[in-house]
Amino acid sequence: MSAAGDAGEHGLHLLRELVRIRRFEERCVELYSAAEIRGFVHLYIGEEAVAVGVMQCLTADDAVVATYREHGHALARGIPARAVMAEMYGRVEGSSRGRGGSMHIFDRARRFYGGNAIVGGGLPVAAGLALADHMQGRAGVTACFFGEGAVAEGEFHETMNLAALWRLPVLFCCENNLYAMGTALDRSESETNLAYKAAAYEMPAWAVDGMDVLAVEEAAARATTEIRGGGGPVFLELRTYRFRAHSMYDPDRYRAKEEIEAWRARDPVALLRDRLRTDGILTEEDLESIEAEVAAEIDDAVAFAGAGTFEPVEDLTRFVYSEPVT
Amino acid sequence: MKTTYREAMRAALRDALVRDERVFLMGEDIGRYGGCFAVSLGLLEEFGPERVRDTPLSESAFVGAGIGAALGGMRPIVEIMTVNFSLLALDQIVNNAATLLHMSGGQLNVPLVIRMTTGAGRQLAAQHSHSLEGWYAHIPGLRVLAPATVQDARGMLWTALCDPDPVLVFEHGSLYNVEGELSETAGPTDIDRAAVVRPGTDLTLITYGGTLPKTLDAAVELAAEGIEAEVIDLRTLRPLDVGTILGSVVRTHRAVVVDEGWRSGSLSAEVSARITEDAFYDLDAPVARVCSAEVPMPYAKHLEDAALPQVPAIVAAARGLLGGP
Repeated sequence: MSAAGDAGEHGLHLLRELVRIRRFEERCVELYSAAEIRGFVHLYIGEEAVAVGVMQCLTADDAVVATYREHGHALARGIPARAVMAEMYGRVEGSSRGRGGSMHIFDRARRFYGGNAIVGGGLPVAAGLALADHMQGRAGVTACFFGEGAVAEGEFHETMNLAALWRLPVLFCCENNLYAMGTALDRSESETNLAYKAAAYEMPAWAVDGMDVLAVEEAAARATTEIRGGGGPVFLELRTYRFRAHSMYDPDRYRAKEEIEAWRARDPVALLRDRLRTDGILTEEDLESIEAEVAAEIDDAVAFAGAGTFEPVEDLTRFVYSEPVT
Repeated sequence: MKTTYREAMRAALRDALVRDERVFLMGEDIGRYGGCFAVSLGLLEEFGPERVRDTPLSESAFVGAGIGAALGGMRPIVEIMTVNFSLLALDQIVNNAATLLHMSGGQLNVPLVIRMTTGAGRQLAAQHSHSLEGWYAHIPGLRVLAPATVQDARGMLWTALCDPDPVLVFEHGSLYNVEGELSETAGPTDIDRAAVVRPGTDLTLITYGGTLPKTLDAAVELAAEGIEAEVIDLRTLRPLDVGTILGSVVRTHRAVVVDEGWRSGSLSAEVSARITEDAFYDLDAPVARVCSAEVPMPYAKHLEDAALPQVPAIVAAARGLLGGP
């Protein structure tokens, strides 16, 4: 326990989580360039505060549904960096035995249900997980992450309506990073205030500064309290920005440099770091030790992944259907 | 006891709800209305709105919710009014239900049953009448059933619910009023094997679902001409019970595949290919097919009749294989 007390400890914990994701993603860039990782890889750099803030308000009994940009959610949910990295290395030690890759991280024990790479495709599943909790009398919340691009999909509207109609315990976390791949929000939506859309389905909905992890955490705490109290679903529009391109293939021609720089000035990691410094919670030694711990964790994950094994080709057709329990 | 296919299916649903509290039904107009085809009539009154859930017209959302509920420990039975409407839920069925187990490295099985009607014959035209079960039979990760008899209507659902993976059940709309004998103690039927529903020696007629009654009628006509046709009801379209098909064809040396789906890129093509691959040298004639005309299903009765496989066409195809006119 630091001299800063519980609040200080928590602040340092949040910073550590943000830094973990940031450094993990930066390492992914290097590994991609070195051809250790292939496929589509979507980085979470710039958006870390969303996953970290929301995850603080979930318990082990809650469920998470995420998208193809989910390394950060997986790490913040407690999936070991080793398993996530090994997945990207295509190794059997990976979170999905190397069958899913970057876009399809799963962890049943941690109730982490993907890793869905169809925009909007995870929303109905989240409603169903919440329905199962509701029907079995469990108090769980299902946190469903999706980008603002998903609000143009029919599955978004169908699920908003169903979840509100049946008062399902879903926390809808819309990560509005302003671009659906290369299509800006105002080029694809007639109404760009996304909370309005959810509010039209009679559910509480509001916008949150998604660069400020404390603001995200506070909003998620309020939302999950409401949901656990039987109030039905809540929609949060988390306003954020990805600092890097959509994926490793994206030349990023559709955004102005000035816009990117303006958002970088609100870097969620720097924002919290500076606040903790100002509040006298974070010392340089703390920061160094966080960076060192995180570097060690990621080095370990990379070494683990690199030393991992490939699933035997004979196992290719396993798990198309369930195997008989022996 | 005499019963209809519809009543047998309803008894199966009721039985599932009684037997397992994790089972619930979800779909459009299955509760208050009693089911578009009256299959679930009375179940809302008996089991209540928590377990017999009327849904909005949101096929993707309620099929996806079925997937999520299955992941969350329930045993949902989702009803989609017709196979044509299921196309609105293709994303959930093909991208989620069928993939999750393999893509998650064996972690996430989806014990979900989806029922839907299929097929033509009721003048419902081109958006309510198609036979697209062959598309679903193309997809690894799904199990595809086509109960064609009262016994299977009663018994397949039970077995499907015991399956840890997604099962699609296709009920041909023309079968609901078909009557048959059902034992009072009828239980589950297997969903692994095709059935030889009429033994014969001269050729094999292979079919499933709504064309089974027509194919059996054709076999009776053929018998009157001295041709003994063996009739196989595929029952399960994926995985195909190739063993039963080949076992018959190597004895009869001739096969006609009867399928209400279109010929091109179809289930009938698959069956025909399997026979050709594995029993080519046992054949005395090329495999023949009787399928729907390659048109969107028309409304007018005479045109719809002309588009569908009919008894005379099946009889003619069989005669053709035996060198007849």
